[in-house]
Parts: sequence; C-alpha cells; structure tokens
Amino acid sequence: MIVVTIAGLTLREAARRKVVWALLALTVVLLALSGWGFSRLIGLDTELGTLTSGEARLVASLLINLIMFGFSLIAAIGTAFLAGPTLAGEVESGQALAVLARPVRRSSVLLGKWLGLLTFGCGYVVLAGLAQLLVVRGVVGYWPPSPAAGLALLGAETVVLLTLALLLSSVISPMASGIVAVGLFGATWVAGVVGGIGGALGNDGVERVGSVSRVLLPTDGLWRGAMNAFQDPVAPIQMGPEGGFPFLADAPLSPVYLAWAVLWVAVVLGLTALSFQRRDI
Amino acid sequence: MATGSTAAGTSGGALDDLPPSPAVWCSGLRKRYGRRTAVDDVSFSVGRGEVVGLLGPNGAGKTSVIKMLLGLVRPDAGEVLLLGRPSTDPRSRGAVGYLPELFRYQPWLTAAEVLDLHVKLARADVPAAERRECLALVGLSERTGDRVGGFSKGMQQRLGLAVALVARPELVVLDEPTSALDPLGRVDVRDIVLSLRSRGVAVLLNSHLIGEVERVCDRVVILDRGRVAASGTLTELLGQHEVRLRLGDVGPRADERLRATGTLTRSGDWFTVALAAEDDGVTVPDLVRDLVGLGVRVHAVEPVRISLEERLLAVLRHEEAAP
Repeated sequence: MIVVTIAGLTLREAARRKVVWALLALTVVLLALSGWGFSRLIGLDTELGTLTSGEARLVASLLINLIMFGFSLIAAIGTAFLAGPTLAGEVESGQALAVLARPVRRSSVLLGKWLGLLTFGCGYVVLAGLAQLLVVRGVVGYWPPSPAAGLALLGAETVVLLTLALLLSSVISPMASGIVAVGLFGATWVAGVVGGIGGALGNDGVERVGSVSRVLLPTDGLWRGAMNAFQDPVAPIQMGPEGGFPFLADAPLSPVYLAWAVLWVAVVLGLTALSFQRRDI
Repeated sequence: MATGSTAAGTSGGALDDLPPSPAVWCSGLRKRYGRRTAVDDVSFSVGRGEVVGLLGPNGAGKTSVIKMLLGLVRPDAGEVLLLGRPSTDPRSRGAVGYLPELFRYQPWLTAAEVLDLHVKLARADVPAAERRECLALVGLSERTGDRVGGFSKGMQQRLGLAVALVARPELVVLDEPTSALDPLGRVDVRDIVLSLRSRGVAVLLNSHLIGEVERVCDRVVILDRGRVAASGTLTELLGQHEVRLRLGDVGPRADERLRATGTLTRSGDWFTVALAAEDDGVTVPDLVRDLVGLGVRVHAVEPVRISLEERLLAVLRHEEAAP
C-alpha cells in the first residue's frame, strides 16, 4: 500500500518536473532526424554505386542500434538524475523528515521509489524505442527479428542503472550520485568496446576487460543483448568475422547472464535498503 | 509512603499506579556524532493530553532528541516508547503528527495534495471536508490548490502544521513551530496547542520563545549540552520565590543569618535571598525579626517571582542546583 503510494508520488514528480518535457522534446527531435536520415539512406549514391535495398537494411539495422543507444543513454541519464535527488536530495532538503515520521517502513519507501523510477525509465525506453522501430519500418521497411526482447532488455538496462543510482544516492550527495552512475555506465560501455577490439585482435587480456566490466555492472551486457535482438541476423556475418564493431553484437544474451543481472539488481537494492535503514535523517 | 505493605504489594501497587502508556517515554537516550556527544543520557516522558516544552540553548540536542523519538535518528543507546509501542516499530508513529524544524514539502504538489499524501501514509480515514478544515485552521484555505513550490517560508510552516494535525494524532511533536511565523501566526500556534490540549492530545513543543512555552506548557524539560539540566511542572520550576531586601549596617552575624535562609546574592545594599519552593509563611517575617534583632536597618522588603526565562538562564549558567 505504502509502496504503491510512494511509486505513484515518484511518477507524479517525474511527470511534473520540467525535465520530462525536455526529454519528450529531445525524443521527438531524435525521431524526426532519424526518420529523415533513414529516408536519405535509400537510393544513396556512394562511391561504389547506389545502395541496394539489402545493403540499406544492413545499414538500417546498424543505425537502429546506434539510435537505441542514444535512447538508452537518455533514459539512463534521465533516471540517474531523477534517482539521485530522490533519496539524498530529499534527506538533504528535509522533505524526507515528514514522510519518514509517518508509520512507514523505510524499505517500503525505497521500494516505492524504485518501482516509480522503474516504471518511468522503462516506460520511456519502450515507448521511444517502439516509436523509433516504427519510423524505421515506415521509411526503410526494416523490422528487427525480436523487437519485444530488445525493448525489454533496454528497459532492463535502465533498471540496472537506476538501481545503481539509488544505491549511490543513499550514500553520497545527490548530484555526485547522478554523475557517478552515468560515469560508470559510460565506462562500462567503453570497456565493452575495448573488450570487443581485444577480441577482434585476438588479445585475451584486453578482451577480459569487457567481460569483467560486464559482470561488475550489467548495463553493457544487457545492451549487447538488446542490440542482438534489434540487428539483422546476417549483419555480423556481412561485417566480417573479426567483430569488434561497437554497434553490433555477435551473440544473443545467455540465460545465465540474465539471471546474474536479476541477482545483481536484487543485491544492490538490498544493500540500498540496508544503508537507508541505518541512515540518520 | 507505602509503610506496612509487603515488598510484593509495593511493586504491584507501583505498577497499578503507572499511567497507561504515556504518549512519549524515553530512557537513557545517547547519541554521538563523530567525537561530539550530542545527547547524553536523556530520559523524560510526556503523559497523554499533556503539553511538554523542550527548552535549551542552540546545540543542546533538542532536535536530535526529537528525531530519536520519531525513529529518524538511531540512538546509540536508550529506549523510546511512543504511545506504548517501541519506536523501532513503525506502527508506533501511527497516531503521531510531526512538524520538523526543517519543514519542506514536495514543491510539485499542491497544499491539498500534500495533506492527501500524509493521510494515505498515516493510513487514516479523514474525509475531504476535514482536510480542508485543517488547512483553514492554519490559514491556508485560500491556497489549497496552489503548488507548495510557490509558498513563502511562513506558509510552508503553516502547511507543516496542517500536515502534523491532519491525521487525527494522539501525539503532536512541534519542533520550532513558529520560527518562520509573524506575530499573528504565533498566536494561531498557541491557540492550536491549547485546543489540542483541551482535546486530550499530547504535545511535545520545542521552542526558543520562552513566553510561548510558559503560556501553553504543563511541564518543561530543559536540555543543556545534551543532558537534562532540569525538568518539572511550571509550578515546580517557578514555585521558587526570592525576597529582595534593602538593608543597612549588615554585620557578619546578620550576613550569616541571611545565608542560612537561602542562596544569597548582593548588589550594593540590596540583598536577594532565594527561598524554598513551598512558602511556609514564617520564613520572611522571622528573617526580618532576626535581622532587626541583630541591629540591621531594614529599608525595604520585596517579594520577587522568578520568570521561566530567569529560571532557564539560571539553570544554564549553573547558578543553582537543578531540582
């Protein structure tokens, strides 16, 4: 009951803060630009001649991943900066005093905030992602092999990042928590790319950088799973066996990794509850 | 007192005499922040329907004590019972209203929505009309639909007062409730506290305004450097009288006689003697008679009543022993 009340409150906060409108405007601009860009793709004159429809589909599936990465980045930054002020900011401003003096468990308040942010972040990613897929279908005629799985994985990536931002915001200042969460998200992505290059060069040590970072923070692993669900199945073969291209994934997500991501979220949320429970307000 | 009764009878009687679960009961509260001890061995209670004032200088630990009572700050040691339940149980705060010293409410909500939220969080069943009345009581009836973000500090504090009152509390904790209010607002708060008392709602009031506390509180707890420096009912604390005498030709024996009556302070030919709390009606006449007998010229004898402010200052400056 308290969980639902707090989740509703968090959603209402997200809806009433002006950042949501900025997010919406940004998304519409991104969608319009991508629609225009994709429409120019067909009949594009390159040095090798006009792009065939098959080549256009390949490029489209690459570009979809690129744009989806943009969305996941927007969602990540958006939720991380909403999650930051949520605990630390409310404690700092004094807003938490009146709420936590009510007959509520702190873990319920935390869970409510998490659910609210999750609904907001996933809702954004799924809606914006779906709109993007429809734009691409309308313009180029490309439809990814498993769009639902891809969008779900993008949502999962957002959940991982907002859970991390919540943990950080329970121990450090609100602004720092947003910055650190987004910084770690970026670092993991870069580590993933570095690992991919390592794989392409056959250097195990460098490849391990990507694998280890994917275990420590599952955002990049989930993102690779989402890319694999969006891209044309023949794309990695066409791009050549060496791999390493940052907007293509060689393999779908393993169930073990998915289970690890779920466990990771549960553990981090539990740690956040523990640290919030012990905190002096 | 309980002469003649057996040990078992005494303990049974003592248990029966205990009032049924006071609104607040705390014992041995202790809190350290780093190397600084903020609260040290604080114990007191607030009876049902009683108005208790928490007084003390800045940094005395008043807000820390209040936050420990409400489970917002974890005490390093000590126990708290709110309305009969340990404060570690969230249900202990089911019928508690709280106006924090740092009053901030969701700026993106309207005043009415903030009250709705708190009614939900308190799991109370308060009809919409009663919520509106609550806002009207604190003078916000015209602003119910306005966003809190546009409120002045005084209006936010009034809203905080409405939040503390809305869920039909049995205990209201007010931490500096008038810090942002104009004189009219202060009178409103006084009236609200008095009306709570008349309805049997217990109030714990932390305020710097001693006059305010003196007017509305049944009992006062004075904190100093994290410890209870004095506590008691207003009559216990203020019942102590003084007598001021203007005297001439005071010899050593007369001086001794004055000191035997009570704590003596002297300023020129004015002598101030603190008297025992209970006036037996003979102390002052006997003193004057003896002084005259000792050859002292008595020019004036004036009774003095101590105000709470003087009492507070005396306690904080360690000029007299705490009762």
